[in-house]
Formats: sequence, C-alpha cells, structure tokens
Amino acid sequence: MRGEFAYAMTRPERERQRFAPIDIKEETLMTSQADAGRPSRLLRNLSAKIASIPMMLTAVVIFLGGTLWTVVYSFTNSKLLPRLSYVGLDQYERLWAAPRWVVSIQNLAIYGFFTLVFSLVMGFVLAALMDQKIRFENTFRTIFLYPFALSFIVTGLVWQWILNPEFGIQSVVRSLGFTGFTFDPLYDSDIVIYGILIAGLWQGTGLVMCLLLAGLRGIDEDIWKAARVDGIPVWRTYLFIVIPMMRPVFITTLVIIASGIVRVYDLVVAQTSGGPGIASEVPAKYVYDYMFQAQNLGQGFAASTMMLVTVAIIIVPWAYLEFGGRRRG
Amino acid sequence: MKLRSLAAVMAATVVLPLAAAQATDLEVTHWWTSGGEAAAVAELAKAFDATGNKWIDGAIAGSGGTARPIMVSRITGGDPMAATQFNHGRQAEELVEAGLMRDLTDVATRENWKEIVKPSSLLDSCTIDGKIYCAPVNIHSWQWLWLSNAAFEKAGVAVPKNWDEFVAAAPALEAAGIVPLAVGGQPWQAAGAFDVLMVAIAGKDTFYKVFKDKDAEAAAGPEIAKVFKAADDARRMSKGTNVQDWNQATNLVITGKAGGQIMGDWAQGEFALAGQIAGKDYTCLPGLGVNEIISTGGDAFYFPVLKDEEKSKVQDVLAATLLAPETQVAFNLKKGSLPVRGDVDLAAANDCMKKGLEILAAGNVIEGTDQLLSADSQKQKEDLFSEFFANPSMTPEDAQKRFADIIASAD
Repeated sequence: MRGEFAYAMTRPERERQRFAPIDIKEETLMTSQADAGRPSRLLRNLSAKIASIPMMLTAVVIFLGGTLWTVVYSFTNSKLLPRLSYVGLDQYERLWAAPRWVVSIQNLAIYGFFTLVFSLVMGFVLAALMDQKIRFENTFRTIFLYPFALSFIVTGLVWQWILNPEFGIQSVVRSLGFTGFTFDPLYDSDIVIYGILIAGLWQGTGLVMCLLLAGLRGIDEDIWKAARVDGIPVWRTYLFIVIPMMRPVFITTLVIIASGIVRVYDLVVAQTSGGPGIASEVPAKYVYDYMFQAQNLGQGFAASTMMLVTVAIIIVPWAYLEFGGRRRG
Repeated sequence: MKLRSLAAVMAATVVLPLAAAQATDLEVTHWWTSGGEAAAVAELAKAFDATGNKWIDGAIAGSGGTARPIMVSRITGGDPMAATQFNHGRQAEELVEAGLMRDLTDVATRENWKEIVKPSSLLDSCTIDGKIYCAPVNIHSWQWLWLSNAAFEKAGVAVPKNWDEFVAAAPALEAAGIVPLAVGGQPWQAAGAFDVLMVAIAGKDTFYKVFKDKDAEAAAGPEIAKVFKAADDARRMSKGTNVQDWNQATNLVITGKAGGQIMGDWAQGEFALAGQIAGKDYTCLPGLGVNEIISTGGDAFYFPVLKDEEKSKVQDVLAATLLAPETQVAFNLKKGSLPVRGDVDLAAANDCMKKGLEILAAGNVIEGTDQLLSADSQKQKEDLFSEFFANPSMTPEDAQKRFADIIASAD
C-alpha cells in the first residue's frame, strides 16, 4: 500500500511537497502575474504563510544580510574590529598568494571528491545489502548509524588515537610480531588528508546508508516483480531501474554530504589541528584562524567569501539545470 | 626585613579598604591549564580571595590560540569577564583603542607601578596614549634550551653547553633511539623556536632590525640565512617528535625520550611538578648557551569595562593584588617565570630562575615578538614555520624568501 501511495503521486507533486518554501515563492509570483480576479490564491493557506514569516525573515536578514555584510567587509582592511576603510582586492591577492590557503583548497578538493564518491558508493552498497530482508536488520542499522550520533570532535579524537603510531593500529600490528609495520597517516604530510577522510567516512556513511535505504523502501515492489519476470539480473535492476528512480533521494543525500564537506573543520582540529605543518589545513580553518587568532577580519572574510563563491560555482549551474529546466517545460 | 614590612604595608593598603565592603565575585579568564600553570594560578586566586572577594576561575584549555578568540568575542560581544589574561603587547591593542578596556592609570599611580615594574618596557607595553591598561604579572622569556641529563647519559655523550655542541651530539642521541629535539606540533612552537635561534645566532641588533624596523632586506640577508641553516638542523633533529602540546613535548624531555627542547621558561613549571631538580635531572641553557639574552614578553591582565560599579572597584583591588610582592613571589615560583618587580626576594628560586634573574639584572633583555609584531604577522610566521618544520622538502632558501615577504608586509 505504501508503495502504491508513493507511486500514485507524480514526480513534480512529490518534489513540490519536498520543496515547500520554494513553492510559496512560486505561488506569489504566479499570483501577481495572474489576473486580479483570483485573490484567493494569495490568501490560501494564510495561516501557514504567516507561520513561515519568522523563518523567512531569519533567512533574509541573518543569512542573506550576514552574507552581504561579510562580502562588503572583505574589501576592507578590518583587523580585530570591523572597519569600513576599503582596500580593494588586497585581501584577495594576499589570500591567493598564501601557500596555506592553496593547500587548504587542494585538501578540500581531495577530501570532497573522495568523501562524495566513497560515502555514496559504500552507503548504497550497505543499503542494498540491508534491503535483502536480512535478519537483525534493526541491529545492523543501529550499528552503522551509531557513529553519526557522535560529534566530529569525538570522532576526530577517537581516530586520532586509533591512527596514533604509538598507541593505535601500528603498535597493535607491531606487537603481533610485524615490527617493520608502519601506519601513521596523521604524521605523514603526504597522506594526512586520507587519515582525516577515513574518520569522515566512518562517521558519515551510516547516515547515507539510512537515507538511501529509505529511498530503496520507497521503490514499488511491483517494479521488482516486473524486472524479475523480464529476467533482468538483480544488479542491473539496481543500476538501471532503481537508482534512476531514486534520483530525488540521491539529490537530498548529495546536498547533505556536500554541505558537510564544505564546512569540515572540527574533524581536522580534533585529529591534527592542521598538521603536520600545514598539510591538513582546510578553508574553514583558515577563515577561523585569520578572523580570530590573527585578528584580521578582512582576511578571514575574504577567505569565507571565496568559499561562498566556490559553492556558488558548483550550485548555480546545477540549480539552473534542475529547476530552471522544469519551469520552462 | 625591611622588604617584609614594606610588603606588609602594601598588602594592608590592599586589604583594608575592602574589609568593609562585601565580597564580590570576579570572573577571571586565562589559558593556564597545564599542571604547573594551574598550580601557579591557584596562588593568584588565593591572594585575591584573601582580600575578601572571590576569584571565579575561567580557565580556557588549549593554549592562547584557542583561548584568545573566545575572550575577544566575549568582550566585543558585550559579555565581558572581569579580568582576562593576554600576552602583553599588541594582542589587546585594538580592544583598548575601541574603549573596551578599563583605564588602570589611577591604580598604577597609587601603587607606584612606574617605579617598581622592571624592566620598564613591560609597563610600556601596557601603555597606550599615556594611559595604563594592563597589569603585568610575570616575565616569560623564550630563549631557553632544556636538556635531559638522563638522555645524554644514555647516549654516552656529555651534556652540551651550547647549541653547536647540541647539534654535534644529535647523531649519538639518535643512535640511542632518542629524539634529539622535541618540537610539538602546535604552530607557535615552531615559530617561537625560530625566534630563539635568531636571537642566539644573529644577535640582538639583527633581531631588532627584522622585527622592530621590519627591514625586509635584513630578513633576506646573510645573517638570517645562518639562522635558517640552524633551523634546518633543528628540523632534522626534531623528526619523530609526534606530539602536539608543548607540555607533552616537555614531558618527552622529562622522561628522557627526547634530548632537549627549545621552549620558554614556562617549561620549568613542568619540570618542577615532575619533581626534577635543575642541574641534576635537567640542564637549562639561556640563549641556547650562545648569546645570553632573554626576551621580556609575558602575561598581563586586562580589565574590560564593566557596567557594575561594585565590580569595577574590585577590579582595581585585583590589579593591585596581582602586583603585590607576596603574590608575585608565590605565583612566579610555581609558574617558573620571573617577577615583574625588581624588589622582591626570590631566595627560593632554583638554578635556572637565578640565571634568568642575573641576565635580567644585567639588562641583557630584548622585547618579545608579541610586543613587536601584530597578531596577524605572528600568525603568518606561525604558518610558515609549522610548514617548514613539518616538510623536509622545503629548502631554507625558500623559507627565507617567504619570511622576508612576511616581514615586508608586517605591521
């Protein structure tokens, strides 16, 4: 029954439900364009619209206002306290000349790429395995999701100990007799970012699994039956039928993973504090360090503006394709 | 004895006006959290509680780099504590300029700080536009090399008397499975070690030329090239330290797992806490045994402007208490730092502190980098040296070039 209900709705309808706030904007737009003879559109669900005013105000004033403020002050030479004395692009020039910033961007790219790939692949494989009507599914689900209940700081500290050469994996393996064994990613500049990646995956994959499992459960049983009747192997059913049908779930998951990647900070602080040297620095940490430790707000704002621009470069074309295309059609 | 009675009188001036007033709670924030530091700050709290008020301890763990942003955001965010630690110098400069810090000139005049605070550069660092905004509590010098006698014994070499001997002894230490030089992973440790090498190897004049006059040519010159050469040695010797915090690195020296550490005299508190005796268990070389000059940076307390008048009054009491002779002695003995006043008796001081006091008395002092450079320049320097120490493929020449760039744009 559950499957039928989900299937009874057309895709746009389901997505409209999911993106309710956008819908409101669309509606107001449409109403203003529509003939004046139908004022009821604007007043429909009036209480719901009133209820969402505080959140809209928060979004506009705090998110948008704060963003604009940050961008404006990134063109100033503000030190400890914000000050409106413009210096043009100086902060940005200094930013891109700083080796630490360049390393941060590279690290974020590596971390981001592998987190995206591995957490989606591993998450989906785990979800697909869970979907085989196995025994003790609840238990396994809890075990896999459990790391997500820990904060990044705790995760980072746990993995700092596990990867510590004197107490962790290396020492355990050495005590088994393999005295030449070396495994100290957190103390090797070349691979330290992968040490952080391991911890990030350990923490985040469970959530991806749960989201995708929910998506898999939303696939109608009849699809499976039809595929079986047609003699399509299970893996092909997953790859060519089920995954395309789970597109909305994948997009939600992607957004959640991506936002986690861009803001990665506490994991690095807990595991390596950016070390050895500057080998595991990330942009968010650069922003914080320069805003507060170096007491140079202008530099920090420039760095955070660059982060915003990077995100925008990725999000805008995608959003255009995703939403712009549909509106035309 | 004269000193004692003087002290008693001074203490009385502090205590008497308060006997009548009721106890007021003052929240004091600081980043003194290692064992030796916590013991020292307890002395300050005890002295302040004795004035009939109450010290509410607001320790923030994780060294100054973590604590300062929290302190600054509390002050700028309108939730100021009653008093807070900063390194005196330029860290709180803008807060003072923005009028967020209380003017202590009255207390300073009453307590005659101008006369008693030695060297006077300490008070100068607290002075902005002729007004005094902070109470210095101790002198910390960076220029010390701490050596583990046990480690050298194990390696079968004599305990070095200067930096060059130490470098020469490094292979023997390594052969015995000992890390020659412990350098923790926190960025300020690498940057600090470099500053120390600079004073020891290039001397006071070059140090001032680079950090005070911001002379980028000098920073790119041959004198500094020698310093980078030494830093390269230090980098090689520090390989395999694998700890983060400075006190963990000091602990490697205490336990004989590392040969030595370049660290400020605050490390002494850790040795004392571990029950080690200067000269017997460990050796200290001021100025790396090359150039016996110490810097006179240190800690100071700033007092944010408060709305509560009662508390504002008690802030003055706290300021006076911090500089009272007994407080100075009790605090600095535990902390391993030197007192800010030249007129107190440190008979209980150990060998290393006595060496420091002698150098101080002889006037072989320089200002600390916290006093000379802005936090921004300091941070860039930290980024450079933490990279340099962690990345063996970075040549001293490249690093020097980047160092000169930082100095050129420093403020």
